[in-house]
Order: sequence, then C-alpha cells, then structure tokens
Amino acid sequence: MKSEETVIEVENLTKKFGEFTAVNEISFKTYKGEIFGFLGANGAGKTTAMKMLIGISKPTSGEASVTGLDVYSQTDQIKRNIGYMSQRFSMYDDLTIKENITFFGGIYGLDRKTIKTKIQEIIESLGLKDVANKLVGALPLGWKQKLAFSVALIHDPKIVFLDEPTGGVDPITRRQFWELIYKQASHGTTVFVTTHYMDEAEYCDRVSIMVEGKIEALDTPENLKKEYMVDSMDGVFLKLARNIE
Amino acid sequence: MENISFDVKQGELFGLIGPDGAGKTTLFRILTTLLFADKGEATVAGYDVVKDYKKIRNSVGYMPGKFSLYQDLTVEENLEFFATIFGTTVEENYDLIKDIYVQIEPFKKRRAGKLSGGMKQKLALSCALIHKPKVLFLDEPTTGVDPVSRKEFWDMLKRLNDKGITTLVSTPYMDEASLCDRIALIQAGKILKIDSPANIIDQHEKQIFNVKAHDMHAVITDLKEFPGNESIYAFGEFVHYTHSNSDFSPENLKRYLSEKGHKDIRIEPTTPGIEDVFMDLARTKDLKPAANEV
Repeated sequence: MKSEETVIEVENLTKKFGEFTAVNEISFKTYKGEIFGFLGANGAGKTTAMKMLIGISKPTSGEASVTGLDVYSQTDQIKRNIGYMSQRFSMYDDLTIKENITFFGGIYGLDRKTIKTKIQEIIESLGLKDVANKLVGALPLGWKQKLAFSVALIHDPKIVFLDEPTGGVDPITRRQFWELIYKQASHGTTVFVTTHYMDEAEYCDRVSIMVEGKIEALDTPENLKKEYMVDSMDGVFLKLARNIE
Repeated sequence: MENISFDVKQGELFGLIGPDGAGKTTLFRILTTLLFADKGEATVAGYDVVKDYKKIRNSVGYMPGKFSLYQDLTVEENLEFFATIFGTTVEENYDLIKDIYVQIEPFKKRRAGKLSGGMKQKLALSCALIHKPKVLFLDEPTTGVDPVSRKEFWDMLKRLNDKGITTLVSTPYMDEASLCDRIALIQAGKILKIDSPANIIDQHEKQIFNVKAHDMHAVITDLKEFPGNESIYAFGEFVHYTHSNSDFSPENLKRYLSEKGHKDIRIEPTTPGIEDVFMDLARTKDLKPAANEV
C-alpha cells in the first residue's frame, strides 16, 4: 500500500538542448507502492524527464533523487537499483524465455540459485510452462510484455519505470497487464508508467500531465476530473493540451 | 491471416480495428501488391492484386506504419519525388493536400529525417496523396500518438474522405472505431465482425454493468469470486461486469461486495462500446493469441 516513504524526489529539474528547454523546472515526489502515471502529448518532454530519472541523461539544473540516489553523481547505482521496460526494447527475440530470464538475472548480478528460483516463479505465475523453451520472438506481443515486466522486476527493485508498456497490446491482455501492475504495487513496488490510453490513466493513484516541458497538473484522477469539470481523464487531457494552442 | 472476406464501398472510410499481430499489416501488404496471399482472391479499384499489380500501384496511396520516406531529402524534395514517379506534379493535385501540407510548409527546406513525429506523419500523408489515388491505405497512422494529436489526425482524415477518397485505415485504438463508416474487428488473423460501429453496438445483447467502489483493485479480485460472473474488465474509473445468466440482481452483487468490506459501492447498467464487443467476441471465440511455431 501507499506510504509516506518517498522513492523519487524531484525539485526544479530542467533539461535544455541549446536554446530549447525540453524539461522546464519540474517538481514532484512519488511514494512507496504508488502507481504514478506520467502523461503528456508527444514532444511534451516525458521521455527526456524519464531519461534523467533512470540515469542516462544529465540534467541541466535542478535536483532529483531516485531511491535516495542522486541523478548527477550516482547514475550507475540508479541503473542497478531500478527496473525498466519499454515497448520498443523488451527482450532478445532470438533467445528463449528461460535464456532471457537467465541473461537479465546475470546482468543484475543474481547468483545461479536465485536465477533458477526466479525462472520457476516467473514461468509459473505467467503460465508459460509449455513455452519456456520457445524463442521470445515467437510469442504474441501481450505475452512478451507481461514477461518483460516480470524480467524488469527480477532484482526486486523498489521502483519500476514502464514506458508505454501496453502500446498495441490487445484489450484483454492490456487489462491483465494492469492487474500485474496492481499486484506489484500492493507488494510495495512503486510503478512509474507512461501511456497513451486514457482509460489507463484512471488506474493510477496519481497522474501528472506534462505540457511543453512543465508539469501542468498533478493529482489523483478523481481530483483532476473535478478540477477540470469533465467525467474522464481523456477530457482532462484534451482540455490541458488544447489550452496551449 | 485465415479465410478473410470483406468488401469496401467506394467513398467509404473503412477501419481495420485490432491489436498488434492481428494481421492488419499483412492484409494491407497483400492489397497493395507487396505480398502474395497463399490462397484466395482480392481486387482493389477493380484490379486483381496479382495480375494487375502495376495498375493497382498507380491507383492507390499507401502510408506504411513505419516512416518510409527519404530521410535525407527535404520535405519539398520528397513531395516532388513522389509526384514525379507517379507522372504528375505537385501543382496538379495541390488542392487535395493543401490543408495538410500548409502545416509543414514552413519547414519545406528541412530534411525529412529531422522532422518531429507529427510532421513526418503529415508529410507521409501528403506523399501518399499527391497522385490523387482512388484508394488510400493508412497502416496504423496513430499508433504511439497522444490523444490530442490522434483526434487532429482523424479530423484530417474525415475531411479527406469527404473529398471522395476511399480510405482503409488500421488502428489498435478501439476508441477510433466510431469515426469510421464501417469497421472490421480483427484478431489473431480472423475477422470477428464487420458492420457499422453503431450496428455492432446495437447488436450486442449482453447487459453490461458499471461497478465502482473505493478500492478498485480489490473489487476486481472479489468480482472474480462472485458466483455466476462472466466477464470482468477494468474500464477507466469503472469495472465493466457481465453475468452469465439473466437472473442477475444488482442488489445481490451490492450485498456481496459490502460483505467483503467494500465502501461507496455503485452498480448501474451501461451501454457497451466497441472495446466491450471486441473483448466479448475475442473471449467467446477463444481467439486469444497463441504462441506461433518457429
């Protein structure tokens, strides 16, 4: 469940590319066990912000820490301590399910015994027993994404970043994926997630919406809908993004 | 893809709605003569996709899901290139692309590879239209695009369609279905249903209930244990619930949920959307995607 323990703290975080300010003094906190939706139109600065938080892009100014680690000086530790999955890169298509789990377990420094246990756990919980020795490339996208999510959690990180995890996934599997997210959050993992499906925004504990590099709104879906006087998150999003034109 | 049959009428805006891996791109590639089907026949604009492939290539516009213009040519050069290979000029059909092209014209000297996603999309559409095709094929033009830009793209599409261009468009976003004249719901290589969005919804007989309470995740878990439950799908702030038989009583369910400790329980009938119908058809026809053999 949600608690007061912070997992991400961001204060006036900024990233400039020459004259262009991609991320403009954003500030927010996320808490242990929270599902935090990170929304915005294409080009609003979401990806740039996320890159700074996962330690692969240096901020221009401002402060941020992830699981207590500094995004300027402790980027290597950040990478070891977080989970990450995206729609684009999930796993190696030409390795089997077991080989992928073994590989990522090794990357995160797990010992053989732990990896073996993890393989059992993941394959059982996702019902992949019959296909455990099949190449990942042969799996339908929805299965791949569920597997990638489990693999991103293989080292029991306190936080997992999900970059459009359900893009293109069929509607039934998309919902199963969110059940995995809920379950993980209830075990205390913080989930930081981006999506273009506005119904998924409703499943988050809190949602932030970026517009032109700034966080223009940050609250629970319930409060945002009240504030913008609409009955869906789609309405909130359209109102916010429309105002800039 | 297996045993697919359908027709698209002249001037129609026809949507292929389905997730990744459904077979949408394969179908588009067969219809645009880039891929042979193993079996079956197809004609586009009256031409056979095998025998008359050259004629089809001259009469259709195709915008693939992946950006496929020349990255190192400028905006203007790409457009002129496509006009020239189709034996026409930009001026001749400028009317058709004007609304779209004016939005990227300020960047006409910029290389296509340096454009933003939205601008690339507008250029690709302009290039697909410049020879005034009879049929326009758009493969997932809005995938990965945010809701605001998606809405703008569909407005643009509607205006084009009003000019009489028959359009086939594919999308994984079920909410875009309602903007088409007719749609085919497609999953795992099969067509689940073809009709107008309104008819598809009208013909759906199952009563769906919106269920809501304070802790939505616990609601889903508990609904799965409720005797007689048929389907339970999260839908924005509600859960869409269907029951397996007709003697369902919302009061019973409410009592069950409050015994489980739920608070602020709301249960009310609601009308289905395309996504409800899609999931119901996919579930009852057991077309869950299976692992392919390699």
